[in-house]
Amino acid sequence: MSSFDENNKERLRSVSVDLNNDASLLIDIPDALCERDKVKFTVHTKTTLSSFQKPEFSVPRQHEDFIWLHDTLVETEDYAGLIIPPAPPKPDFESPREKMHKLGEGEATMTKEEYTKMKQELEAEYLAVFKKTVQVHEVFLQRLSSHPVLSKDRNFQIFLEYDQDLSVRRKNAKEMFGGFFKNMVKSADEVLIAGVKEVDDFFEQEKTFLLDYFSKIKEATAKAEKMTRSHKNIADDYIRLSATLNSLSAEESTNYYIIKFCLKLFQNFLRVCLKKVEGRVASDEELKLTELLRYYMRDIQAAKDLLYRRARALADYENSNKALDKARLKGKDVSQAEEHQKRCLQKFDTLSESGKKELTNFKARRVVAFRKNLVEMAELEVKHAKNNMTLLQGCIELLSGN
Amino acid sequence: MFVHLSAFYSYRSLPFCRFFLQIEEEEGGDSFDIHISVSDPEKVGDGMNAYMAYKVTTKTSVALFRQRDFSVKRRFSDFLGLHSKLASKYLHIGYIVPPAPEKSIVGMTKVKVGKEDQSSNEFVERRRSALERYLMRTVKHPILLKDPDVLQFLESSELPRAVNTQALSSAGILRMVNKAAEAVNKMTIKMNESDAWFEEKQQHFENLDAQLRKLHASVECLVCHRKELSVNTAQFAKSAAMLGNSEDHTALSRALSQLAEVEEKIDQLHQDQANADFYLFSELLGDYVRLISAVKGVFDQRMKTWQKWQDSQMLLQKKREAEAKLQFTNKPDKLQQTKDEIKELEGRVQQGERDFEQISKTIRKEVSRFEKDRVKDFKMSIVKYLESLVQTQQQLIKYWEAFLPEAKAIS
Repeated sequence: MSSFDENNKERLRSVSVDLNNDASLLIDIPDALCERDKVKFTVHTKTTLSSFQKPEFSVPRQHEDFIWLHDTLVETEDYAGLIIPPAPPKPDFESPREKMHKLGEGEATMTKEEYTKMKQELEAEYLAVFKKTVQVHEVFLQRLSSHPVLSKDRNFQIFLEYDQDLSVRRKNAKEMFGGFFKNMVKSADEVLIAGVKEVDDFFEQEKTFLLDYFSKIKEATAKAEKMTRSHKNIADDYIRLSATLNSLSAEESTNYYIIKFCLKLFQNFLRVCLKKVEGRVASDEELKLTELLRYYMRDIQAAKDLLYRRARALADYENSNKALDKARLKGKDVSQAEEHQKRCLQKFDTLSESGKKELTNFKARRVVAFRKNLVEMAELEVKHAKNNMTLLQGCIELLSGN
Repeated sequence: MFVHLSAFYSYRSLPFCRFFLQIEEEEGGDSFDIHISVSDPEKVGDGMNAYMAYKVTTKTSVALFRQRDFSVKRRFSDFLGLHSKLASKYLHIGYIVPPAPEKSIVGMTKVKVGKEDQSSNEFVERRRSALERYLMRTVKHPILLKDPDVLQFLESSELPRAVNTQALSSAGILRMVNKAAEAVNKMTIKMNESDAWFEEKQQHFENLDAQLRKLHASVECLVCHRKELSVNTAQFAKSAAMLGNSEDHTALSRALSQLAEVEEKIDQLHQDQANADFYLFSELLGDYVRLISAVKGVFDQRMKTWQKWQDSQMLLQKKREAEAKLQFTNKPDKLQQTKDEIKELEGRVQQGERDFEQISKTIRKEVSRFEKDRVKDFKMSIVKYLESLVQTQQQLIKYWEAFLPEAKAIS
């Protein structure tokens, strides 16, 4: 039903920085179809790696397939010491759908022009949601492809390559894990991380920082969302205003004096300039700021998950120590207990080592992404304000001259 | 006589008759050099008897006034009193008397009770601005400016207290006018609108009324959303500041704090813009919705005048018939009485016709003056509003350009 072009995509690829750089494995989502609420993404891969059957190929994937991939990665023991990129959120067409409903209800009371305008607005918003969801799904895959360890994951390869429906695999995975494991993890999260006695300074600092930062960024994301929604409301108000001014200027055609010219100019200005620019300000701000905050909020959750796994490994290690002591006291199964303790320690050390690397990279990545987005946002705000001003001043000149 | 009249009116309604229009333009042409400001609202008294006193300053070179620059203290009921006097003198002969601002029990009670909060300050400011616009519109009217009540209002240090302001509120006047309109509608004999000009104008004002109300509602919505945006921006600024504090990377932390500051400043911009939306746009529309009610009222007064004339004519006709009948009876007293009544009625009919002619002429002039002023008013407000938007954009550029190097400094 709807798709989009490369140009627009370029503007959007902003949240995470320059991911699709390694020519050995390039992934993008060049196209997507929207049927009712189901989105079908076309995942396109270009690779020089011999592990793949072909050098270039595309497969259709649904949102649920992405979730399956994410969940299998999370459940993989070997990746316990890595930050698993956050799963893309479900495509949310709630807002445009609500608008469409309102439009349908209000059709009788609106003028034809108002209706057409609102319909155009609706289509634009629909497209914006669509673009956003494609971007988020694309970034998820690109995070994986640019990660030295995760890019080699077997399931990742299947996801990219397997030309059949993945729904069978998805069902099997659900049966295997039941889904309860993840829920358990979530709720025990904070308590365990906060409670564990930290021996390592680095992790102690990270823990304090991440827990606090998460709550702050969650708050900031919520407030940013409210702000951009207000901007959108104002853009909608300008549309309605310009439609009413249009009717008014039609009525004024009976006036001997020049008000019709005045009003038409004002109305055109409102419609073309302000609505477009206010609307654009709303969506640019949203993309740069709100999306940035939203994305990193989820990423920090993923980092917290890493900390949790490490904390669990530490708890396991401590438990294994206690078990070893008990075994030594009883004089039974000592070697078993020793083995178990060694394994726990090894697991914990591996996790800590890779965890440290991941968290350090994460910080660097976050800082770079924030910088890029804040700079671009400021530049866009200046550009739009300058545009607005030129248009407004032109308007004023025309009006004052007459 | 009748034939003569209809010829007179169709002459006037000729679309190519610019002659009449030119007269209108010349008469209303000169601009009066007078400026009125309403300022310094001061609370006088305590409790429920308290009221706000406003300073009314007039600066003018018009010879009617004794001085060039002078001020007096007035309270809200004084304004209502002025309006009611003007309305009772001029409405029924076809002058568009600008309506006074609306009473507000809720708003005033807050002020009386002594609530010194933002909403009561906003209320006082809103009222002050409305009173100022009301006076300016009143003195811009060439006839009203010369009225002794207006002169007394502007000049006298002491003004007799306007009593019974319940009946005197502009809403009250409008209700009176609307009652007249209802009565007119109920008349079984509909006015024969041989003058297309009036019909066309009435329709025009009906349409205008509907459009302006709709526009007003839309702008009120915009003001509301702009205020919401301001609140949300302020909240975001706070959360960004907290995030900046939490951030452990020094340069990014500073940039986030700077972002919070920028957003705080932008919040103030939104508030200022919301005020501009309100005072330049929304209040203007509200004023004109009320003004057009006054215009419609004037048209209804004309109908009333016509009806009065027609009634006298019908009565005269009946009396003449009665006289004819009495000719054949032997009642010389009754006959004389009837003849006297006929004489009186003939006078009344002539007066009725003159009144109707006069009010029609006045309304034509008034409508043309009103429309001309309205165009100027709208144009000026639109330009001012656009200028307010320009201001906002200029500030935005300044703030974001200042922020840019901070963002780039993150490494």
